[in-house]
Amino acid sequence: MYKEICTKYTPDKDNLICILHEIQDSHPQHYISEEAVQTVAEYLDLPPNHIYGVLTFYTMYSTKPRGKNIIRLCESPPCYIKGSENILRKLRELLGVKTGETTKDGVFTLELCACLGVCGNAPVMMVNNDVYGDLTEERVEEIIARIRRGNQ
Amino acid sequence: MKFYRSHILVGINETSLLAGVENFIVALRAELAKHNLQEEINILETGPLGFFGRGICLSVYPENVSYQDVKAEDIPELVEEHFLKGRPVTRLMLDATGKFTPKLNYQNRIVLRNSGIIDPESIDEYIGAGGYEAWEKALVRMQPMEIVSEVRKSGLQGRGGAGFPTGVKWSFTAPIDAPQKYVVVNADEGEPGTFKDRLIMEGDPHQLLEGVMICARAVGASKAWIYIRGEYKLCIERLQKAIDQCREYGIIGKNIFDSGFDLDIAIKIGAGAYVCGEETALIESLEGNRGNPRWKPPFPGVEGLWKCPTVVNNVETLANVPFIIKEGADAFRAHGTQDSTGTKVYTILGDVAHPGLCEVDMGTTLRTIINDYAGGMKKGFRFKAALVGGAAGVFLPERMLDVNMDYASLKHYAAVLGSGAILVMNEHQSIVDMLWSILRFFRHESCGKCAPCRNGCQQLYRLITKIKKGEGTMEDVDLMVTISETMFSTSFCALGQSPVMVIRSAVEYFKDEFIAITKK
Repeated sequence: MYKEICTKYTPDKDNLICILHEIQDSHPQHYISEEAVQTVAEYLDLPPNHIYGVLTFYTMYSTKPRGKNIIRLCESPPCYIKGSENILRKLRELLGVKTGETTKDGVFTLELCACLGVCGNAPVMMVNNDVYGDLTEERVEEIIARIRRGNQ
Repeated sequence: MKFYRSHILVGINETSLLAGVENFIVALRAELAKHNLQEEINILETGPLGFFGRGICLSVYPENVSYQDVKAEDIPELVEEHFLKGRPVTRLMLDATGKFTPKLNYQNRIVLRNSGIIDPESIDEYIGAGGYEAWEKALVRMQPMEIVSEVRKSGLQGRGGAGFPTGVKWSFTAPIDAPQKYVVVNADEGEPGTFKDRLIMEGDPHQLLEGVMICARAVGASKAWIYIRGEYKLCIERLQKAIDQCREYGIIGKNIFDSGFDLDIAIKIGAGAYVCGEETALIESLEGNRGNPRWKPPFPGVEGLWKCPTVVNNVETLANVPFIIKEGADAFRAHGTQDSTGTKVYTILGDVAHPGLCEVDMGTTLRTIINDYAGGMKKGFRFKAALVGGAAGVFLPERMLDVNMDYASLKHYAAVLGSGAILVMNEHQSIVDMLWSILRFFRHESCGKCAPCRNGCQQLYRLITKIKKGEGTMEDVDLMVTISETMFSTSFCALGQSPVMVIRSAVEYFKDEFIAITKK
């Protein structure tokens, strides 16, 4: 499976970041496994530690299995000042996890991230590829409930 | 051409898509047809409208009425009242009192002149608005060195942060005789509070592409990369569509307009690292490495991507170029001040009545921007400070509101102009708290390559946390200043050199707050 993704690209080092994105997006647990690192390293003829170095440098990649839905709450100053800490508390409470953890049923992973560039609607979070802005504790509750229903 | 009585501009962006704008437009069209208004009222799907309302936002011309948070169930009332009877629906208006309409200032816009007017996904509309005329002129009627000198004459400075003269930058790369040169667009916007580049790309992607083309021609590059952050899905989609349209029309490709010049443009997606906004780190990332900055010199203009001469420019910088080539350097110099020419795009956030987007001449005062474009302070709030320039910015107090926003007036704070972020804080918000959030950000984003930044950011965060908790002393405050000054003089790249500005401005202008909290 990883090999197939790799061969969509020419075996040049500059395709590494795109290949890693695609591998991660195609994995049901949204992460890049050791096996994937090995495959990419062979394909691009690079040492595995180069792949691992790149992988751990960028915040969008994960080396650990994650949930079906990834929540990324912005903690940068514009969202912070609009009360992102309260939203974080609410999310932790609703999901019963700490930052960086995945819920037991594997439906959600809670992460923090830097500015998403949607500050006009702070506080903001992303769930997978969707942006949710103007968050309040009530709205967060609704969003989580809606996604949960959709996953049943 | 068809003429309409009114145009409804619908802003399509991240926020409105989430609010279901696509179905909304279908319903609105149907409702207009029900009243037989489809020949009189036109619906235009466009980019950012110039204000950040909630949910689905509309602007109606020529009435100049702005609505926010319009829902599907409001459509019948809206159509009947406004479009049939000519009575705008006050309860849905951006300002429910109906008094404030954001100053849109279209006649003075350069970068955003099409934004919110044309359909960003249509190359025909861009061409209809005079687009790609500058590209034709640059390619067919101008020599590369003429383009460089015109841009140089315009006085255009980099809009990414450092404010380096763009024409000068190009003049380093243009004369180099190399088999391959590159143009790289820095669209890795990551400065907290900054998203003008996103709005420029969402609102008018073709204008950026035209700027890229002219730059490529000027320096002799046959390949251009747009390095854009992975989170900007709508931008990526729109830029890709725009590139495909250009290929189809033969505006880029091989032997463009029979000139013998080849150019290809491609998008590269980032993976989330603030430091990649630094040009050499960005190049490392493009090559498939960790985004650690490189030693300068050699500068990228001489030795950049894969050791080839590379011009790296910010989105806003390049979006200014078509205007300069088409209208001439003097028309550009008519905007702004003697030292800081042209316009600047700002995003205004925080406790103002109407957060939004504006483009004003360089040198406009902060007070004018806040009062005329954002409707002043939100009701019941008093101005305390504006954080200008995001995390790598400065806190400006009330007495600095009349400072002209240009490179010369802001002097050693000039670097903050680039990002164009203005975050307005009210009197209840704490500078210490805000500074804590900023230093936490730097601690997270330091790439770890050089010791001053890696250790410095960690120590700054430790000190501000102690101060925030009320356990610090004024010596700790002084130590923060000293550490950030050391970082300024010894860090490898601009990231480690940045905290000094925000710390110094906080301590200088809001010393009382630090005294109060350390006395607890």
